[in-house]
Amino acid sequence: MPGQSVGAVKAQRARFDQPLQLRSGGILPAFDLIYETYGTLNAAGSNAILVCHALSGHHHVAGHYADQPDNIGWWDNIIGPGRPLDTDRFFIVGVNNLGGCHGSTGPSSANPATGKPWGADFPIIAVSDWVEAQARLADRLGIDSWAAVIGGSLGGMQALRWAISYPERIRHAIVIASAPKLSAQNIAFNDVARQAILTDPDFHGGHYYEHGTRPVRGLRLARMLGHITYLSDDQMGEKFGRELRNGSFSFDFDVEFEIESYLRYQGDKFAGHFDANTYLLMTKALDYFDPARLDDGDLNATMARTRAGFLVVSFSTDWRFTPARSREIVAALLANGRDVSYAEIGLNFGHDSFLMEDAHYHGVVAAYLGNIRT
Amino acid sequence: MTHTLGRADFDVIAGWVEPGHRVLDLGCGDGALLRRLIETRGVQGWGVEIEDANVLAAIRNGINVIQSNLENGLGDFADDAFDHVVLSRTLQTVRHTEDILREMLRVGREAVVSFPNFAYWKNLRSVLDGRMPVSEDLPYQWYDSPNVRFFTLLDFEALCEQMGLAIRERSVLDEHGNPVENTDNREVNFLGSLAVYRLTRPR
Repeated sequence: MPGQSVGAVKAQRARFDQPLQLRSGGILPAFDLIYETYGTLNAAGSNAILVCHALSGHHHVAGHYADQPDNIGWWDNIIGPGRPLDTDRFFIVGVNNLGGCHGSTGPSSANPATGKPWGADFPIIAVSDWVEAQARLADRLGIDSWAAVIGGSLGGMQALRWAISYPERIRHAIVIASAPKLSAQNIAFNDVARQAILTDPDFHGGHYYEHGTRPVRGLRLARMLGHITYLSDDQMGEKFGRELRNGSFSFDFDVEFEIESYLRYQGDKFAGHFDANTYLLMTKALDYFDPARLDDGDLNATMARTRAGFLVVSFSTDWRFTPARSREIVAALLANGRDVSYAEIGLNFGHDSFLMEDAHYHGVVAAYLGNIRT
Repeated sequence: MTHTLGRADFDVIAGWVEPGHRVLDLGCGDGALLRRLIETRGVQGWGVEIEDANVLAAIRNGINVIQSNLENGLGDFADDAFDHVVLSRTLQTVRHTEDILREMLRVGREAVVSFPNFAYWKNLRSVLDGRMPVSEDLPYQWYDSPNVRFFTLLDFEALCEQMGLAIRERSVLDEHGNPVENTDNREVNFLGSLAVYRLTRPR
């Protein structure tokens, strides 16, 4: 791949003691955010890019940890010297969102009122709450306005929300494989995933930490389901087809087809480290996201609130967040005469395409960022 | 669908737009026309383009570009969103000719259309000599041409008449980009290599 990795990185922690009023009506009295930065903030504080993560992401976006050389950031292929998010030019910030399970305050953190993990008592978090928390981090880092906020999927929703909530604090929004709100089908998939977790006997109403257990079976199913929706039918066919692990039918319910093996492996891997309460929260944030509610469902009116330039990117094989959903965002921006470019990338990896390295896709992002003034 | 060749029609189009106008360029290629209109005429511009390489080039040029297939209409654009909608050297590549003209005048107050005139005398001579024309304004061989509609200046005017579109201005250029000045329409059809029209809605 062109360019280089940012190399060894370190996570940092910021503590915020001012209460955060949440969209759901709840209040977080105080919170921690864990984050990473790559590159150098310029004197004017004008070259900062915020990378927002999707459902299962976190603050470790690029590079590796000195003591864990194999623990490479989830979007390492796009960040570094000479890469589209060029750290020779930009100061990149990755943050684990509130409610996460990678170090920021979330359901597995201690509830100050009880001293025990929040569990199911952790308030429901909305995308707009993440933006509020990220804005406080920007204040802390001395960033008045982001040169760009970028994200794929749920991350793209945060970029969109930034442009709506803080038009004066974001100069460009790069919204990839995203949507202005979920479809009924999207919500349906999320609910099946939640049901898998909520009905796991080890869930204990969300207070499984106290029982020394985790709803691994439910989380595993949720991830398997999600994974199916992130891939394209074609790609799954090409990669796995109907290949059998042992060459012939065994007429039982063990793993037989390669696709089964793959999904179970992905499910096990994910369930081994991710927190089920965080998964529930993230899917709810997705379901509730609908910024046009600010304007009685009129997305054109909502996008009139924005001032940022936009790059909107979709992928032809993404059936979870189809190109048509991205075009809704584009149309609402055009209706307001906003600066917007839109690229529909022909990549075969379904929704997951946004994480892939592709010369044209990365070329588009690099070209757009290349024209951003810092 | 690119503006890589002659730019004679760009001069004409630049003369028809005003500072602050909103311009939509259909089949914008690498964004050269919009770049020029933005820099020299102070317009706000957006392009529509289907080819990946052109979308990338337009973004690199700092042009707003929407990747889309013109054959699918202009559904992402609201009524009256633009002052001018430009279709430069592209109409002959579009199958749904009437649809695109109607769409242009739905989303824009004025349509600017330029196209190669197949009745240009050199083209006619070429056909008489037994070969399909290849020229500055028709730079393709018959087997690799993106063109799917073959029509003349008079054909186009007949279609406008039929659709009730008003021709506000017309500029006809020879192969060197010089204006063809003649009062006889049949002569103009014979002498013009490239035609540029400024259209408005049926009144």
